[in-house]
Amino acid sequence: MKGGRKKIGAALALIIVLSSFGYLVYGGIGENIVYFVTPGELLAKGNDAYDRPTRLGGQVVPGTMEWDADALDLRFTLQDEDGQIRVHSQKAPPAMFREGMGVIVEGKLTRTGVFESSSVMVKHSNEYRPPEDGHPKPEDMYKSLIRES
Amino acid sequence: MIRLIGLSACIAALAVASYGVVAATVGVKRREAALVRSARSAAYTNFGLMTLANLAMIYGLITHDFSIDYVAQVGSRATPLFFTIISLWSSLEGSILFWGWVLSFYTALAVWLTGPKLGSLGAYANATMLGVGIFFYILLVGPANPWGLVSPAPMDGPGPNPLLQNHWLMGVHPPLLYLGYVGMTVPFAFGIGALLSGRLDDTWLRVTHRWTVAAWGFLSLAIVAGMWWSYEVLGWGGWWAWDPVENASFMPWLTATAFMHSAMVQERRGLLRVWNMSLIISTFLLTILGTFLTRSGIISSVHAFSEGPIGMYFLAFIAVVLVFSLVLLTGRSNELRSEGHLDTMVSRETVFLVNNLLLTAFTFTVLLGTMFPLVAEAFRGEKVSVGAPFFNQMTVPICVMLLFLVGVGPMLPWRVADLKEFRRKARLPLIALVLTLVVTIALGMRNIWGIIAFAFAAWSATANLQEFAQGTAARRRAGGGGWIGSLFGLINANPRRYGGYVAHLGLIMSAIGMTGSSVLQSDIVSTLRPGQSVELRGYNVRFDDLQAIDEPHRFVVLANLTVLIDDDVAGRMDPRLNYYRTRGEEAITTPSVRSRAHQDLYVNLLAFEQDGSTATLHVIVEPLVVWIWIGSFVVAFGALITMVGGRRRTRPPPAPRRQTLVGQEA
Repeated sequence: MKGGRKKIGAALALIIVLSSFGYLVYGGIGENIVYFVTPGELLAKGNDAYDRPTRLGGQVVPGTMEWDADALDLRFTLQDEDGQIRVHSQKAPPAMFREGMGVIVEGKLTRTGVFESSSVMVKHSNEYRPPEDGHPKPEDMYKSLIRES
Repeated sequence: MIRLIGLSACIAALAVASYGVVAATVGVKRREAALVRSARSAAYTNFGLMTLANLAMIYGLITHDFSIDYVAQVGSRATPLFFTIISLWSSLEGSILFWGWVLSFYTALAVWLTGPKLGSLGAYANATMLGVGIFFYILLVGPANPWGLVSPAPMDGPGPNPLLQNHWLMGVHPPLLYLGYVGMTVPFAFGIGALLSGRLDDTWLRVTHRWTVAAWGFLSLAIVAGMWWSYEVLGWGGWWAWDPVENASFMPWLTATAFMHSAMVQERRGLLRVWNMSLIISTFLLTILGTFLTRSGIISSVHAFSEGPIGMYFLAFIAVVLVFSLVLLTGRSNELRSEGHLDTMVSRETVFLVNNLLLTAFTFTVLLGTMFPLVAEAFRGEKVSVGAPFFNQMTVPICVMLLFLVGVGPMLPWRVADLKEFRRKARLPLIALVLTLVVTIALGMRNIWGIIAFAFAAWSATANLQEFAQGTAARRRAGGGGWIGSLFGLINANPRRYGGYVAHLGLIMSAIGMTGSSVLQSDIVSTLRPGQSVELRGYNVRFDDLQAIDEPHRFVVLANLTVLIDDDVAGRMDPRLNYYRTRGEEAITTPSVRSRAHQDLYVNLLAFEQDGSTATLHVIVEPLVVWIWIGSFVVAFGALITMVGGRRRTRPPPAPRRQTLVGQEA
């Protein structure tokens, strides 16, 4: 039964390859999970909150944004109903970044309590949103940049 | 009026397709040729009806008929005509409508081209394609009905999602993707047709070979067009982020690539028959899964999924197809035994086997990484995402191994390889490999995967080019004539083989571009005042001033830049921020890209002062990135070559296959 033994051998090899591959994938996913939380949820995690890859989504608290364009140093506070976290980033804010709007930052909460962010994203809405009252429209804000020619 | 025409066409398509499925099935069972013929007519009628429905929607969009639900959703009077027309596929309902049209087109074309000569196999394939159509028509009259009445009709609409109206590539990427995705239905349908009819020989593979290659070529172009779009619009300088939507388009490509190779093993050697069926079924299921992922909203959250019923429809359809195919496949598994066996470990079929193993592992990795967040949220209530590092660390080694195999396959013959011959053929590629290793390290490259990728690319490129060179030389020796004429003669004599090698070369080009742009990239972010400049890798980018342009559908702020190389003005660039009227203050970035064969200069406007006194720029230099796009065209060209001459079988299979009786060797 040479064929039979061959088949068993092949099946064994396949099982070994598959299980080690599965182990690799499972471990890989475990190491690279990014948790998606709000400030309140992150603070509620206590000690588990620190130094883990996290996506933090919240609202930029008006009046807390400090942007030093020359040093490329951005600081602001994110909040939800249950908490506030100070965020620091060494990158320029996205073009449509405004105080009061919803943003998502990716990074880690450090032991100092400041969230060190590697990227700042504005929450894109796919839905139609009428221009809000009170907010100046871009065409009014940047009128002075239009050239007469 | 136009609304009712469109709606009736969709309802009629549902009825006609249902009739076609029943007529084909009953016709075969009762051997009534007239019924089977009428099912073929149903396929043509269906195409007519879906064409009518799509034209009706395009007409509605162009005439801004806001009483149609879909037009009110995505239309806007200010949107330019081109983007108004392509908003046909900018949202869920429209894309399902367009999908239905592409499917009806493929169905009609497949039925027409294969003719009635395939008998029950063709009839069942037709029924399968119409059956898939039924699913989409149900969506169109049910949960994804674009024809709802809006009353009173609004005067104007919001226009399509600004991200989708910011670049002409959005007019190219979705249709290509649909042509690729939906095209996989044809080989799937003939596979199912073979299972249903019991005609399990290679007929279904031979009939669908070109269909698979065509769909695969479209899918390849679509994926790269998507990369290109993300590079040109999203503004972070990358072209791939392992985003679920990207993964959705990529997974069927992986399985289809595996299928094209393993199908050859079946045609040549009679092996892998169950495997091929499984691969084409998986490919089809992955296209449906991809549509489900992108269109059900489940990616952003499991909760978005429960908000609309469309997700349940997709899940149910996937389940039905899966169970149906599995039952069929198990029922026929005895008849699908291999007709031969592997002779040695060193042969082309072994390389294809390893290629299939790697591609399957690749698909599983991407699938697990993509689906994991859904499972985690559904079962643990945690919102998580799987970071790009996971995909990179898992798939880069697989990619590199595949890149190596692209060179090994062409060097080995079918059945048994002569090792002496192999060593002779491997000499030149090996020299190229070692040379590339030495040169990249000498030039200061330290990224180990980058060095290996370049070296393997050199190996494989040489191996494939060598096939052309040797074949051409042999033809010249045999028949005389010029190099060019002999080269064309060579390709013409065996288009499937040499078209495949052309596709290999395109793939290698893309791989070089991907490696270069990700490993050798460098960037800098800088805030400048007018007249100041920033330097990166020999480029001097000067910020001249800010400017605004008031356009009907958007407001544009752009930074005027001058690019200097060695103090000479080399050109101007103008990265922009586009504010679409109906979307408030959300700006869409439009980076400015200066493409050259050796590298791209990529500048994105990140921020600016309202009075124009400063602009913050992200300047990126990406070597070789343009080769990704060029490579995709070469891949598609290769696919085209294999199709043009694919009908003729060039050489009789060397193996004595028909002598072995089915099941005898077991």
